[in-house]
Amino acid sequence: MTSVTTEAYEAAFDAAVAADERIEPRDWMPEAYRATLIRQMAQHAHSEIIGMQPEANWITRAPSLRRKAILMAKVQDEAGHGLYLYSAAETLGVSRDELLDKLHTGRQKYSSIFNYPTLTWADVGAIGWLVDGAAITNQVPLCRCSYGPYARAMVRVCKEESFHQRQGYELLLALSKGTPAQHAMAQDAVDRWWWPSLMMFGPPDDASAHSAQSMAWKIKRHSNDELRQRFVDICVPQAESLGLSLPDPDLRWNEERGHHDFGAIDWSELTEVIKGNGPCNEQRLGQRRRAHEEGAWVREAAAAHAAKRRTAQHTEPREATA
Amino acid sequence: MTATSMDTAAALALGDDALVLSHRLGEWAGHAPVLEEEVALANIALDLLGQARVLLSLVGDEDELAYLREERAFRNLQLVEQPGGDFAHTIARQLYFSGYQYLLYERLAADGGPLSGLAAKAVKEVAYHRDHAEQWTTRLGDGTQESHRRMQRACDALWRYTGEMFRPVEGLGLDAEDWVLLDAAWTARVTEVLTGATLTVPEGPRADAWSAGGGREGLHTEPFGRMLAEMQHLHRSHPGASW
Repeated sequence: MTSVTTEAYEAAFDAAVAADERIEPRDWMPEAYRATLIRQMAQHAHSEIIGMQPEANWITRAPSLRRKAILMAKVQDEAGHGLYLYSAAETLGVSRDELLDKLHTGRQKYSSIFNYPTLTWADVGAIGWLVDGAAITNQVPLCRCSYGPYARAMVRVCKEESFHQRQGYELLLALSKGTPAQHAMAQDAVDRWWWPSLMMFGPPDDASAHSAQSMAWKIKRHSNDELRQRFVDICVPQAESLGLSLPDPDLRWNEERGHHDFGAIDWSELTEVIKGNGPCNEQRLGQRRRAHEEGAWVREAAAAHAAKRRTAQHTEPREATA
Repeated sequence: MTATSMDTAAALALGDDALVLSHRLGEWAGHAPVLEEEVALANIALDLLGQARVLLSLVGDEDELAYLREERAFRNLQLVEQPGGDFAHTIARQLYFSGYQYLLYERLAADGGPLSGLAAKAVKEVAYHRDHAEQWTTRLGDGTQESHRRMQRACDALWRYTGEMFRPVEGLGLDAEDWVLLDAAWTARVTEVLTGATLTVPEGPRADAWSAGGGREGLHTEPFGRMLAEMQHLHRSHPGASW
């Protein structure tokens, strides 16, 4: 065996990425690639977990049993997505506990969108249609991400997310076609969630710190602005068929570009929310920490019981066979 | 399947049990001690909500029944309306109720009566619920000193609500003897689980002396009205709307 230099490993990694091969957990990878993936996958997992809160806020008040069942199933799926994503991140050599600790101490982020409050039932529909819609637009390209475990997790997540998105749309449609009060509730929710949803694609391309490297590594496949444009183009006709307007006076079809032009995003708002000054930052992180702290005795009990079981198995003689 | 007036009372009793417990479990979303329990508790809540919807639909419109009755018209057991408390209280409530529901549905599935089809489907779900509750009872009872203390406290606190489960429900086609047998089977199972978990079977009254139990007659405990206020508020704010 000859010793292989780091340069040779790097060359093999670059060649695999260039050939659209998947990088797997045991493959050599640059430390920066590993660190970027851990950061992105952890943030993604955290977003699923924190993202349960704004919707769970309405489980006990859902206005029909059918809607309540749909919402419960959705929140359950989000916990499941969090679990897949933490597992996928663990293939990179970190533990779920470590990542949760980073979330709880504010050292890792979650999606800024979940710092907005769900003030009416229609917000549940707006989250499904717009927030899940934006998430899917972001995540479908991740199904082809260069890191295998992440790409495979995204395939499963995207299937379920698309289902949630359609349910959100259908919820808004029922409201839009319902009583005048229901229609107004739906419009108000779309007015409040539209701009925060556009911010989910991240800062504009000329201000995005990680984009170039992530695209070179094929973690990202499209730029923030490309995905945002795609999302706007998808939403405009959907809003029309919903009978709801989008709160942007500058929104119009541009024949020349073949895309919709839209108004300027207030990036200072996103900056504030990311800094922790959004409407629900304290509440969301506070609830997550509290659930974790108040559950500590349960996790300790499970660990203690498992340890007793292991000891018992080691010390008890096997039953004699007849 | 059409319901006669006799099984209307039964469908309402069992449907309300499932509806109310499902609601209580739904309160855990986003608050569970581990992610796996977020999934498990939501899963159980969804199974119960599914059962409730089938049962209430036998009686009338599921949403009218869930959202427009006042607390005196609900027929659920007082056990299922008890607030979640800590995780041990939720597990004790699940242990007691899923054990009851499993035995009752197993019995109903076997007798070919009007609810046997539903019971046969539900008993498969409930077998999981019972397994989940029994395993957690064991982990908490035989875990740390703290978890043992909490689990014992929860089992003791909810014990008084368990006698009501075995008061005959009109329309189920079970006779007095059947209820005595169900009670005995339930007591044996719960005793085995609690003992195995190093816990003490509570000694307080269940059905004799003073004990709780008027849910089937629409006599509920105080927290129930507040639960309904939250559950029904939006639906009641928009009379006649569809969702």
